[in-house]
Amino acid sequence: MSTGPSDSEIISLVLKGDHNAYGALVDRYKSYVFTLTLRFTKNREDAEEVSQDIFIKAYRSLADFKGTAKFSTWLYTIVNTTCITFLRKKRLEVKSLDDERTFEVADSQDSGFRANIVEQKSRQNMVNQAIAMLSPDDAEIITLFYKNEQSLEEISHILGLEVNAAKVRLHRARGRLKDKMEKYFSEEVRDL
Amino acid sequence: MNADVNISLEDGGMEGRLWEYIDGSTSGEERSVIEKLIADNQQWREKYRELLELHQLVQTSPLEEPSMRFTKNVMEEIAKYHIAPATRTYIDKKIVWGIGIFFITLILGFLIYGFSQVNWNTDAGESRRIVDVTNVDYSKFFNNTYVNIFMGINVVLALMLLDRFLASKKKQIHKEA
Repeated sequence: MSTGPSDSEIISLVLKGDHNAYGALVDRYKSYVFTLTLRFTKNREDAEEVSQDIFIKAYRSLADFKGTAKFSTWLYTIVNTTCITFLRKKRLEVKSLDDERTFEVADSQDSGFRANIVEQKSRQNMVNQAIAMLSPDDAEIITLFYKNEQSLEEISHILGLEVNAAKVRLHRARGRLKDKMEKYFSEEVRDL
Repeated sequence: MNADVNISLEDGGMEGRLWEYIDGSTSGEERSVIEKLIADNQQWREKYRELLELHQLVQTSPLEEPSMRFTKNVMEEIAKYHIAPATRTYIDKKIVWGIGIFFITLILGFLIYGFSQVNWNTDAGESRRIVDVTNVDYSKFFNNTYVNIFMGINVVLALMLLDRFLASKKKQIHKEA
């Protein structure tokens, strides 16, 4: 994931008083944190603000990082709790994974994306758009697994779930992503 | 083999097993079974290709990027803050142990006093009990609601302390293993 000094080396520098060293950690993880946050907020302005808040929280609690887990896993735990708080504040309804209505709500939200779909045909944008159509729970677990390089054990730690529950959630989320891809991008997939 | 395949398909297990195979989380034996299914069964092969394509698409999709000023904004913000001291440093271990020892001593004191009140001389004809705890007059100590609440809290604290001690021992054993 990274070159240069390790996360622990940077953290020990920051804890020794070299606050500027924290910039290297921000640079290293900003895209991961921002991508994950965007899955919850669904808009870039909020995602930017929440991501900034996450890095500030992480900085303030840096002395609590024990080094028993990866720094990224610890950081994504902060992302998870901060984003859940954000959603609560925004009074967005986070629905259960088994609730069929989740799909109906997501489907109704999809119309906004349709206009952009035609313009963005590249594989990558297509996948990101399909992920954006998922519920925050589904989008989060897919992002953690594929983009943020977290193992199922680490994901279970971040989300506060049993490993098997995380595995089931990931399988279901991927199933839903496949449905979205087939529903909205079937032509594009065939063209590729 | 066909029967196995039919069961899996009915259970909706094909997709789950294929995802595990793609993720590399299957055991050696199961892996070879799935490989054989992919090779021999068209339905499995097609599903595998479909899932693998999705897997690769998601894997290669790029991360979203925040604004160019993002790091600068964060650094400007954190300049206003200090790193909070680690939570573990707030709590002096000596104080925790001191409180623990105090409560344990208190409980032990009560137990010792209680046992000292027991009539150890048993009458074989009257009772088969070795110790007659009925002779202990607990009402002397537990005749007040506040005392009872206090003792209840003591017991809970003692159990919590014991639990913490056993958990740390367990962790230590796991680390050594």
